[in-house]
Amino acid sequence: MKETAARSRRQILRMGAVVGGGLLAGGRALASEADARKLGTPLGPYGERSPFEKALRYRRDSKTPETGSSFTPLQDSHGTITPSALHYERHHAGIPAIDPAQHRLVIHGMVERPLSLSMADIRRLPSLTRTLVMECGGNSGGEWTQPAPDVQRSHGLVSGSEWTGVALSLLLAEVGVRPGASWVIAEGADACRMMRSIPLAKAMTESFLAYGQNGEAIRPSQGYPLRLINPGWEGNTCVKWLGSLKVTDQAYMARDETSKYSDLMPDGKARIFTYEMEAKSVITFPSGGQQLPGHGAYELTGLAWSGRGRIERVEVTTDGGRSWVNAVLQEPRLPVALTRFRLPWRFDGRESVIASRAVDETGYVQPTREALIAVRGTNSIYHYNGVKLWRVGADGTVTQV
Amino acid sequence: MKRPSVAATWVAVGRRAVPGVSLVVAACAVAAVTLAAQSPKYGVGRPPTPDEMRRLGSAIAPDGTGLPAGSGTVAAGRDVFAVQCARCHGPTGEGDVGARLVGGQGTLATPRPLRTVGSFWPYATTLWDYVNRAMPFDKPSLLEPSEVYAVVAFILNLNGIIDESRVMDAATLPKVRMPNRDGFVVDPRPDVPQKGR
Repeated sequence: MKETAARSRRQILRMGAVVGGGLLAGGRALASEADARKLGTPLGPYGERSPFEKALRYRRDSKTPETGSSFTPLQDSHGTITPSALHYERHHAGIPAIDPAQHRLVIHGMVERPLSLSMADIRRLPSLTRTLVMECGGNSGGEWTQPAPDVQRSHGLVSGSEWTGVALSLLLAEVGVRPGASWVIAEGADACRMMRSIPLAKAMTESFLAYGQNGEAIRPSQGYPLRLINPGWEGNTCVKWLGSLKVTDQAYMARDETSKYSDLMPDGKARIFTYEMEAKSVITFPSGGQQLPGHGAYELTGLAWSGRGRIERVEVTTDGGRSWVNAVLQEPRLPVALTRFRLPWRFDGRESVIASRAVDETGYVQPTREALIAVRGTNSIYHYNGVKLWRVGADGTVTQV
Repeated sequence: MKRPSVAATWVAVGRRAVPGVSLVVAACAVAAVTLAAQSPKYGVGRPPTPDEMRRLGSAIAPDGTGLPAGSGTVAAGRDVFAVQCARCHGPTGEGDVGARLVGGQGTLATPRPLRTVGSFWPYATTLWDYVNRAMPFDKPSLLEPSEVYAVVAFILNLNGIIDESRVMDAATLPKVRMPNRDGFVVDPRPDVPQKGR
């Protein structure tokens, strides 16, 4: 009613302007329908982003799209949480459709009391919530040989989420780990039952089983209904669709920890069980493929993270590495989580090479690409964390270096 | 599989035919203790049923733990490979949509390393485990244990790791020494010299 009355008043005023304050009668009929404010869309049960927002995960064309990766659009990201719908994906045999009412987690092997748990059982247990970075061991894998032209393809296999679940140590206490056990073999309930070996020391301290992500149930593409989370370790160890935990006295030398996710060195030896993700950062704006609209003030920004703890400092160069200044870090800086850094910056039309360098709480400094390659060569595929350079051209175009 | 090989015989028996009566007995025994066997502190869950354990399948350790009964010959594997694997991996494992499975020995320390089962994989048990759980790509877990033993024998033979006459089973497979068995080292990171803080 109020709305109608207000509109009538506006129409009367408008009419007044048109006819010079004369006739009011019949004014209603003369008001333009196009001038009326449109009623918005109604309430809805589940939200969608604005149709004007176009950020999407990037996927390569593939004859086998059930295996492969999709990359988070970091260039469009704000803050430190990745929307679940844009969290990077890495699947090996497609996303299974799992009814949580049917799903079981079986904990067995070298335990006193093998246990089969329903999701309802798991959700009854004391829970914890952690905001963490998740990074694929193969993120930036192309950078060893062919640096990617944009940050989505160079660094998009990293995402940040808040995860909620149950400490694995709690469940291991319930089943009673037998003396002599040293590993936990985790298996997914996807078609290929993806398997990884996790040292018992990690399982007993930091690992947890997540059913929540960013305030709702984990997305199917992230492991619905249950995912193993190993904070700071490569994403592949965080087994999705978790169906089995087998306590053993040996690593099982799974395909995805021997043939894959091992790091081949120049001497022909491969590093195995390279779980940790080392400190890394990248500038997301300005970054490759973007175009600055003109000269003037900008906020340079990016993301930093470390599998070993908090980000202590992020240094930024805008002159090709001659000088470095400390970026401002968004607080709170959580350990093993995406940390947003920012730096006020002016673009005055001079070509410049920009880059960021992260330092974590252990004192570890993100290396240059050259320093990394000097030690590891270019064939190790995994765990690339070198400094990423962008060139801002005189015309404001941003490209890879 | 023209002649009745060991593999073919076992295939006829099948993975699903084994348990039978013993499963029923085990299930009754488990049911009797279910209530008492919830987790001690929080009282959740129950012992896994034999059916749940069966559906988990076998995870295979490098010492052979978990390998089921059955066996397979190189010859039988050649037939299985032609039917189930060749369309993605090529008729002789040279690779196509699927990974290349042969060759590459001696290339790991070169600028163009070729990582295959023969040149890179440290344990033959891993091949059994992976074929069993993940292959064929579009129908994982399709193969019976003896078909897996057979196809593993064939791939190992393609790589010159075992002779044509060898039979792979739970006893022989873990004893196969892969060429790159000693090719893996522990993680030494942080490994990049730090300078210019």
